[in-house]
Amino acid sequence: MYNQKVIDIFANPKNVGEIENADGVGTVGNPSCGDIMKIYLKIENDVIVDAKFKTFGCAAAIASSSIATEMIKGMKVEDALKIKNADVVKELEGLPPQKIHCSVLAEEAITAAIQDYKSKQK
Amino acid sequence: MKVYLDSAATTKLDPRVLEEMMPYLTDVYGNASSLHSFGRQALNAVDKARLCIAQILGASPGEIYFTSGGTESDNWAVKGAARALKKSGKHIITTEIEHPAMIQTCKELEKEGFEVTYLGVDNHGIISLEELKKAVRDDTILITVMYANNEIGSIQPIPQIGKFAQEEGILFHTDAVQAVSSLDINVKNLNVDMLSISAHKFHGPKGIGILYIKNGVRISKLIVGGHQEKGFRAGTTNTPAIVGMAKALELCEEEKAENNKRIKELRDYLIKRIEDEIPFSHLNGHREKRLVSNANFSFDYVEGEAILMQLDLKGIAVSSGSACSSGSLDPSHVMLAIGCPIERSHSSIRFSLDKDTTREEIDYTVDSLKEIIEKLRSWSPLFNVEKGEGTYV
Repeated sequence: MYNQKVIDIFANPKNVGEIENADGVGTVGNPSCGDIMKIYLKIENDVIVDAKFKTFGCAAAIASSSIATEMIKGMKVEDALKIKNADVVKELEGLPPQKIHCSVLAEEAITAAIQDYKSKQK
Repeated sequence: MKVYLDSAATTKLDPRVLEEMMPYLTDVYGNASSLHSFGRQALNAVDKARLCIAQILGASPGEIYFTSGGTESDNWAVKGAARALKKSGKHIITTEIEHPAMIQTCKELEKEGFEVTYLGVDNHGIISLEELKKAVRDDTILITVMYANNEIGSIQPIPQIGKFAQEEGILFHTDAVQAVSSLDINVKNLNVDMLSISAHKFHGPKGIGILYIKNGVRISKLIVGGHQEKGFRAGTTNTPAIVGMAKALELCEEEKAENNKRIKELRDYLIKRIEDEIPFSHLNGHREKRLVSNANFSFDYVEGEAILMQLDLKGIAVSSGSACSSGSLDPSHVMLAIGCPIERSHSSIRFSLDKDTTREEIDYTVDSLKEIIEKLRSWSPLFNVEKGEGTYV
């Protein structure tokens, strides 16, 4: 049910870890649903220079976290906010229907981390 | 290395079973219902198989009905009994931890106006006889309780339930699908009126099963359109599968004691190694009253499907009770019924061994599992690697 790309990313995900003194941190999901995604951002001049994640969740959640953090690295904050879950799914070359919510978590985690960054700017 | 620890899902066809089946997949292809010699030859094989199965179950051949497997047997037994007895009552008793084949069957019957009591279980996955007795009403027509659970392997007191049902004059069915490979399946010892079996759980072919229906018990038909199985279950007789199932059951009975001993030793070794070597792991289900082949663990702070998929990358096949692997938002109904916290339910992994499992395979599995749990915990926001502890809050 998973395609090879998702499996390959899940086998060796990129950007796993935390960023010390991150400029923005977003946590979404909860343990009773079986998914928690936490994304850390390092932002300079409104550009995301580094992104890392820690995820409690299934293979799709971990692959979505990995690909989403890859996608936003080097992006302007405003552009990263435009990333939708469908973009994550496209980049993964597809997810099984019951796993689409994992890509939604990735979109939400990015948004939450950027909102955290923005709230600290004020 | 390839390791198959998912025998509760299905098992490998025993080569001796295939050998027995081969003539009926090739030369003896007649329809067992046909009058000519081709048909008679097939019928002879089916009759012989039915007799062999009946002897093993302690039943008479006329009480053995061939079906497509456990799901059909469960559907037929319970829908058939309920519909046949609806004039006497509308109440059915079952448990919260039945296989979906039974839970969904009961849900359908509820739509037809039947009322179903789903008995809870203790935190080991075992029902209380006292609660069962209290649940009985004047209009109770059927009790159905699974013999052994497919997820946590917990074993119910079937002979005692059967004795009680007999005294009360209530029909009693058990789903014995998971039990056949290791437990006593003599229907007289079990005091059952109906019993479901599926061949592929004991190294027989897929797509064939049995519903034992005690003489004198009348249930409605489920599948109509032919006179097979004395007119009670229509459909062309699956001769090769029936022959294979009989052979598989025969081998299973002959080798049961020996296999049970070996499998239990390996299973206990698996449990011990996991408990000794992987912190924050929890055995789900009863320590003793469980199938010898079953071990079910939760590993805190990591998600079950991720464990399953990482093990798969190492060539190891297991199954998980996490929501993610079931395709729903809720984790396994069995985990929830035994009072396993929801977070922990998402991290449950079932290891089910069989007669071919080796010690090397168990060692390789635990070695791989240790690495995987450590790695997934280092990826998890719930676990602090430096402190070596985690939290769900």
